Amino acid sequence: MTQAVIRVLGLGKSYVTAAGDFTALHSVDLTVESGEYIAIMGPSGSGKSTFMNLLGCLDTPTRGDYFLAGERVAGLDGDALARLRNRTLGFVFQGFNLLPRMSLQDNVALPLVYAGVDQPTRRAKARVLLERVGLGRYAESLPNRISGGQQQRVAIARALVNDPSLILADEPTGNLDSHTSEDIMALFGELNAAGITIVLVTHEPDIAEHAKRQVRFLDGRIVDDRLTEVVR
Amino acid sequence: MTLIRPMFHEAWLAMGANRLRSALTMLGMVIGVGAVVIMLAIGQGAQYAVQQTISTMGSNLFIVLAGSFTASGVRSGSGGGPTLTVGDSDAIAELDGVVASAPTHMGSRQLVYGAQNWSTQVIGTTPDYLEARAWNVVNGAGFGDSDVRSATRVAVIGKTVAENLFGDEDPVGKTMRIQQSPFIVIGVLAPKGQNLDGRDQDDTVIIPLSTAQRKVFGTPFLGSVRMIMVQAAAADGMDRTMASVSSLLRQRHRLRDGMPDDFFMRNLSAAAESEAETTRTMSILLGAIASISLLVGGIGIMNIMLVSVTERTREIGIRMAIGARQQDILTQFLLEAVMISFAGCLLGLILGVGIALAINAFTGMVVVISGSAALLAFAVAAFVGIFFGWYPARKAARLDPIEALRYQ
Ligand SMILES: Nc1ncnc2c1ncn2[C@@H]1O[C@H](COP(=O)(O)OP(=O)(O)OP(=O)(O)O)[C@@H](O)[C@H]1O
Ligand SMILES: [Mg+2]
Repeated sequence: MTQAVIRVLGLGKSYVTAAGDFTALHSVDLTVESGEYIAIMGPSGSGKSTFMNLLGCLDTPTRGDYFLAGERVAGLDGDALARLRNRTLGFVFQGFNLLPRMSLQDNVALPLVYAGVDQPTRRAKARVLLERVGLGRYAESLPNRISGGQQQRVAIARALVNDPSLILADEPTGNLDSHTSEDIMALFGELNAAGITIVLVTHEPDIAEHAKRQVRFLDGRIVDDRLTEVVR
Repeated sequence: MTLIRPMFHEAWLAMGANRLRSALTMLGMVIGVGAVVIMLAIGQGAQYAVQQTISTMGSNLFIVLAGSFTASGVRSGSGGGPTLTVGDSDAIAELDGVVASAPTHMGSRQLVYGAQNWSTQVIGTTPDYLEARAWNVVNGAGFGDSDVRSATRVAVIGKTVAENLFGDEDPVGKTMRIQQSPFIVIGVLAPKGQNLDGRDQDDTVIIPLSTAQRKVFGTPFLGSVRMIMVQAAAADGMDRTMASVSSLLRQRHRLRDGMPDDFFMRNLSAAAESEAETTRTMSILLGAIASISLLVGGIGIMNIMLVSVTERTREIGIRMAIGARQQDILTQFLLEAVMISFAGCLLGLILGVGIALAINAFTGMVVVISGSAALLAFAVAAFVGIFFGWYPARKAARLDPIEALRYQ
């Protein structure tokens, strides 16, 4: 039996707002095995991003348990969480989130800096990943010199640079046209084929088609969870 | 440790991203450090000058003056006849704790050599005077006790006198006139520079006391002197030595209990010490005032770093999302603050040294630029950078990653 990359038990998140407590995520149970490729769907405000941020160890849940690669996240301190974000998973954002003042190569290499990797290795790995996403010749360019689709490829390269076992992507194609989206999805397909577990959020059914499993959120709960073949 | 290098690079990039702002922030430090460096240079220069003067004065000196001070501080008694004599001086020399005692008579007189005139202070004294003041003869020789006994007309002259009266000629062996009397110059004194009152100590002629009294000043009572210069054996024995000189003189002058002293003593070394203390205090004060501008510079750094943290909130969120620890963020911002501080410090140091040297060149004021002052400036810069960078850096490090990422 494969080791579950993600195991979520009764995970919930409430926000304290001026109008009282607001529960964005009620009680979510989900298990993601190694090598899975999951698309999370659901209407706006259904709690998808909230859930992804919890999975990405960027936010802390109000209740429930989360095990990432077998490790109980709730018991970890800030440094251990940073380490998980750095090595165990890679996060891809809708808005790319590259650092504007750095070259693409330096952007890709940044997680390696925080992993304490030496300069020649950083440079070499960043080059390899930029080549892998087809942007090797832009290594020294700044992010604002390339297109959105290319920027998202760089962001994916950055997410991959520390060889994580899991990629989390919150609407990675949300800012891209359909043609560019297809390119990005093809890249995710390749990564999954190479054994990387992928969880991505999307609004578009044809993007979700690329995943092997589709999970639907509604009002902070999972209301549907099935394999793509069955959906089709 | 592998982090430090890329972080330096990043701090450099961050500074370069907003050059004008970095430069203005630095300016605060430049002015602060520059002010401290200049003030320290001037303060230490003043201390140096005083120290220099003290070292030329001779050590553990006090003088006994004829006459007395009334309660109101007005000097009186000097007109009522001489009160100090060569005999007093000889008796003082016999006391325990006294190294040298030199009876002295001095006054301003005109010197003539050939067509040259020079008005200077003429000191009639004994060889003990030069000994007490640790004053060497660099050219020729000094006079001896036998010269005093037989009142020979020999003179030892200061450097200023030598230059003004003799020009390029070697004064030794030449004959000059003081009050019409011919004197043979037998030696030239080592230069001492200014004394604490700013008077040129090298503008002087020293002749045997007996000769001075007979040929130059024409004292009514032979053997009376205006002043006795006494050198004590040790600095900590000065008060005791002065007390025994006082009781000796009262006894010799047959002063009964209750009668005021007919002489007055002044501790030259103590006066010099207090002068040195004053310049030291002044130097500390100058430095302290200048440090305030350093504080202002530091606050400028803090202000800009706070703005920078707010502006770069999203960047901080991104860094955290890809694995930066709190400590990494803290180090990054701290390094940036310290770099601005250091760069400002370096420029301030250059500016300060430049201005201090310019002050020296244009006003002749003594300035001392010490390595320790430069080191201090750098230590202060590091401290200011860390102290004022700490709060903004900690603020950055404590950001919640998800809140930071949401920040627009
Ligand atoms: N910091 C917050 N404070 C208060 N409420 C919040 C906060 N963050 C999210 N919410 C609320 O939680 C709910 C879920 O938000 P979330 O961003 O997870 O939705 P989503 O499914 O990602 O929507 P979308 O498809 O538009 O991205 C929303 O109603 C939102 O208003
Ligand atoms: Mg969302």
